[in-house]
Amino acid sequence: MPVAAPPQPARSAGTPAPVGTAISTTGLTKRFRGGQVAVDGLDLAVPWGGVYGFLGPNGSGKTTTIRMLLGLIGATRGEIRLLGEAMPAQATRVLSRVGALIEGPAFHTHLSGQANLARLDAADRTADPATARDRIGAALERVGLVAAAGKRYRAYSLGMRQRLALAAALLQPRDLLILDEPTNGLDPQGTREVRALIEELARDGTTVLLSSHLLSEIEQVCTHVGVMHVGRMVAQGSIAELRSLAAPTVRVTTAEVERAAATCRQLGLADVTGQGDHVTAALGDAVPEDVCAALVRAGVPVRGFAVASAQLEDVFVQLTGEGFDVSG
Amino acid sequence: MSAADLVADGVAGVAGHAARVAVTGRPRRRVSTRLLRSELGLVFGRRRNQLALVVLAGVPILIGTALKLSGPSTEGPAFFARITHNGAFLAFASLVAVLPLFLPLAVSVVAGDAVSGEAQSGTLRYLLAVPVGRTRLLVVKYTAIVTFCLASTVLVAAVGAAVGLLLFPAGSTTLLSATPVSTAAVLGRLLLVALYVGAGMAAVGAIGLLVSVLTETPVAAMATTAGVAVLSEVLDAIPQLHAIQPYLVSHYWLQFGDLLRDPIATTGLMQGLAAAAAYAAIFGSLAWARFGGKDVSG
Ligand SMILES: Nc1ncnc2c1ncn2[C@@H]1O[C@H](COP(=O)(O)OP(=O)(O)O)[C@@H](O)[C@H]1O
Ligand SMILES: [Mg+2]
Repeated sequence: MPVAAPPQPARSAGTPAPVGTAISTTGLTKRFRGGQVAVDGLDLAVPWGGVYGFLGPNGSGKTTTIRMLLGLIGATRGEIRLLGEAMPAQATRVLSRVGALIEGPAFHTHLSGQANLARLDAADRTADPATARDRIGAALERVGLVAAAGKRYRAYSLGMRQRLALAAALLQPRDLLILDEPTNGLDPQGTREVRALIEELARDGTTVLLSSHLLSEIEQVCTHVGVMHVGRMVAQGSIAELRSLAAPTVRVTTAEVERAAATCRQLGLADVTGQGDHVTAALGDAVPEDVCAALVRAGVPVRGFAVASAQLEDVFVQLTGEGFDVSG
Repeated sequence: MSAADLVADGVAGVAGHAARVAVTGRPRRRVSTRLLRSELGLVFGRRRNQLALVVLAGVPILIGTALKLSGPSTEGPAFFARITHNGAFLAFASLVAVLPLFLPLAVSVVAGDAVSGEAQSGTLRYLLAVPVGRTRLLVVKYTAIVTFCLASTVLVAAVGAAVGLLLFPAGSTTLLSATPVSTAAVLGRLLLVALYVGAGMAAVGAIGLLVSVLTETPVAAMATTAGVAVLSEVLDAIPQLHAIQPYLVSHYWLQFGDLLRDPIATTGLMQGLAAAAAYAAIFGSLAWARFGGKDVSG
């Protein structure tokens, strides 16, 4: 659809304008040395200011993609633009504006959480040493780790480790956060906290890429979703667009299941199934009112009539399959 | 669904984003020693490395005590006989004692762990994402390795001199040449010797750095590096191999005796320093070339 160019407010010299997308890749491909193609022709498009849910079962190529975005591994093919700049060519310029959590937390086990953050802050040439102490304190507070700040990392639980990794990503104000399965290992309370944190950051204008293999964990915070399956992007768009991929279903409760089903078929509805005292069918392009009227006209004693809008979960399952299989 | 659609959906966010960028602007990159200091803190704060330094410092104490108990001897290497005349010579004797094994071993542990340790624990990916440029990271890592090399040789020398002067007199003595010298002059030469031996160890450190970027298993990197150093010493001791010996990393280590002549015999020392510099340059470059484009997937 045609879009008017976004307003371009004044900004300090040297800062690239937020044109296009915060993250975009074209034909991004990674073939590992063993020959396995972990990411295959990926066209990722993460809009500025959006919270993008990067979904896919284990092994579908999410982490591999994130590693390429951050310049940790080289792409076999394809191009990457991060915050409007080419990666990995501009890595040292771009990455200081990006906070990242990559494939779980990793820190020095013999150092405290605080000392670990100090190490990462010391490594950042854009970080002001004069404010390091305050920023580290604020980051620890933001993830609820103040009480454990002085404890050795070795003694942290998985949830605490995940929080520390989040704190590391928040040491500086960021334009983009890339969070690889940030709720892994967190209890439900922690998951809610992380969600609230992401919402808060997004409100401040930070773009967030959030990967997960569980739709339910991130559905509430995402504005956009991309679904990965065996290294390929099988669907991408806003939540509403994704939802529209799965047609809503209609459910008719009646004593005459046979006749109701026949009527539905006559109307051209798909997936018509009769069971017990009800018939379900995919609504497709049909108007629910018309379906109801047609049923009554056909003499079906309609006891109940309901339209269920598609769940994103159904779309996800439809696209990636169900069960415990990982994409290998 | 096109990228343009996504942009449209994200327009609301653009205004907020742009406002923030306008405030923060492009972050300025500073030149600072923070990362190096952090690295030194890691190297010298690690138990294993502290233990290595304690063992190294224990050698002069052991030799000094043994000499004190057994009384003056005229036997043994050149330095041993002089210790009882001037205690500062204990430092030279100690350096000779730690040179074949303890020193290269300690340096191998530190250098072999430099990159592979961070790769194995996963901290490497977070450092690179900070971002720390790969070249900058290697420079900082190698600077810390060289610092450890110098710290360990200076430590052995300092403890040796202190223990020696505590247990034995500070009498007038001669260096390897016949001229008598003061204790102060001996200490001056001692510092030069410590720095020279440190340079030799820095060459081992460069080998260790290369091995460290080639593997993600620190123990393997440490063992390989130490193995290379010891193998070099073994080959250096086989007379039939004199054609290749000038190229061995350990070949010039014992040349430090030239620093005790009057005047200092510089030819061999310069060759030794040049060899160490060549090792650092070649192995450092190889490490840089390998690490520059390496996939960090640990
Ligand atoms: N370093 C590697 N070498 C070879 N194959 C790899 C490597 N890293 C990941 N893979 C493979 O690539 C695929 C995608 O993995 P990954 O990106 O980690 O998936 P996800 O993060 O979606 O769970 C998997 O099949 C995995 O086995
Ligand atoms: Mg993953």
